[in-house]
Amino acid sequence: MKRRDAFRALAGLGLVACDTRKPHKGALGASERFNEKVEGLLLSDRAASEDLELTPADAFPGYHVAQAIPEVPADWSLIVGGMVAKPLKLSLAELRAMPRIEARIRHHCVEGWTAVADWAGVPIAELAKRAGAKETAYVEFRSFDAPSVTSRGYWSSWDRASAFHPQTMIATEMNGELLTAKHGAPCRLYGSVKLGYKMVKYLTEVNFLDKRTGGYWENQGYEWFAGV
Amino acid sequence: MAKPRRPQPLLIRVTHWVNVPVLAIMAMSGLEILVAYPFFGPRGAEYDWVPLSGWMPPEILRAGGWLAGARHLHFAFAWALVINALLYFVYLVASGEWRRRLFWPPRDTRPAIHQLLCYLRIRKQPPAKDLYHGLQRSAYTTAIILAILEVLSGLAMWKPVQLSRLAWAMGGYDGARVIHFLALLGLFGFVIIHVSMVIVHWRQFPEMITGGKPEDKP
Repeated sequence: MKRRDAFRALAGLGLVACDTRKPHKGALGASERFNEKVEGLLLSDRAASEDLELTPADAFPGYHVAQAIPEVPADWSLIVGGMVAKPLKLSLAELRAMPRIEARIRHHCVEGWTAVADWAGVPIAELAKRAGAKETAYVEFRSFDAPSVTSRGYWSSWDRASAFHPQTMIATEMNGELLTAKHGAPCRLYGSVKLGYKMVKYLTEVNFLDKRTGGYWENQGYEWFAGV
Repeated sequence: MAKPRRPQPLLIRVTHWVNVPVLAIMAMSGLEILVAYPFFGPRGAEYDWVPLSGWMPPEILRAGGWLAGARHLHFAFAWALVINALLYFVYLVASGEWRRRLFWPPRDTRPAIHQLLCYLRIRKQPPAKDLYHGLQRSAYTTAIILAILEVLSGLAMWKPVQLSRLAWAMGGYDGARVIHFLALLGLFGFVIIHVSMVIVHWRQFPEMITGGKPEDKP
């Protein structure tokens, strides 16, 4: 009898350990933290450089968590803050006047679809240099895309190596044109080393931080690292 | 001649039975992930030719409850699958078991066809067999190849940029996704045939649990 009870307890423990409703906890959480280390080891400055065919503009999906396409606040500017020597407040024109990079990148959505576009914008390293950012382990990105008027809005936080990857940028152009409202105007985070939900649109803030601050989907259970 | 081996050595049995729940969880969480976007190919240039494209697997075939839960299950149990498979392969090579288990075309092609004709009631006398006949070896070896393809295409989808050479070999991220799904259909077909054959030849089934007697089959 005792053995059967022990078996039941063990089976119960297994179910709790693999509670898929709370995937950051228990055995699944431990496995995520292990996978994160593997992902960190695999991450290199390798650039996505395949011969990629552009996705027709109308076939590239656009997502936001607000019910309608988020509208740009009248007093919009991009704030660069956190652990920085001099916080920045940048207008779109100022951002577009900064040194920029261009890349053709395949978008990998967590759902399983892909789409390709040309992106242009300011590398995160450039922002860090201008603001005199400390060498923080994390970079946080905030937006004005909010599921409700009371919410602080969609956000995500990245590991330093991914944020400083040579193709990670604050994108202001897509396919050679100014970013449209559907794709995150005035500017969005873009890059080749993360899944789509990490690449925050409708940006308001870039913060250099010494601790990770989760993210909109990440806090609901999606992987925090989410590298590709 | 080495001493007679048991038909099913311990490590073969253990890895076989570990595979049952692990493969079930991998397949079911995989189908839950597929539900998020049950189509193939890049946006605007979809691969409509992929069989079952647009199919929503019924809930009973899925595990994980939602996309994030299923992804966590999939990426946790993938390690169990890989470790189990590595144990199996190391043993297969080190023990020499591969000789009587893997399909070797010069030896196995004719007996395999012969056995197939027997199952189709075209020939009466089955071919001679030791542990397995050629057709069995072809089925088991196909399953192993499909499983290897699953792992390689899975890695390519997990890290299409960091493992870009592997992803390229798999036809890119979208190609890897097709291979991952087609190999699943193949494994599903294998399991159906395998279980049917076990039911038909039920007398051999206990060997997979006890290992069988060494003198039965050298």
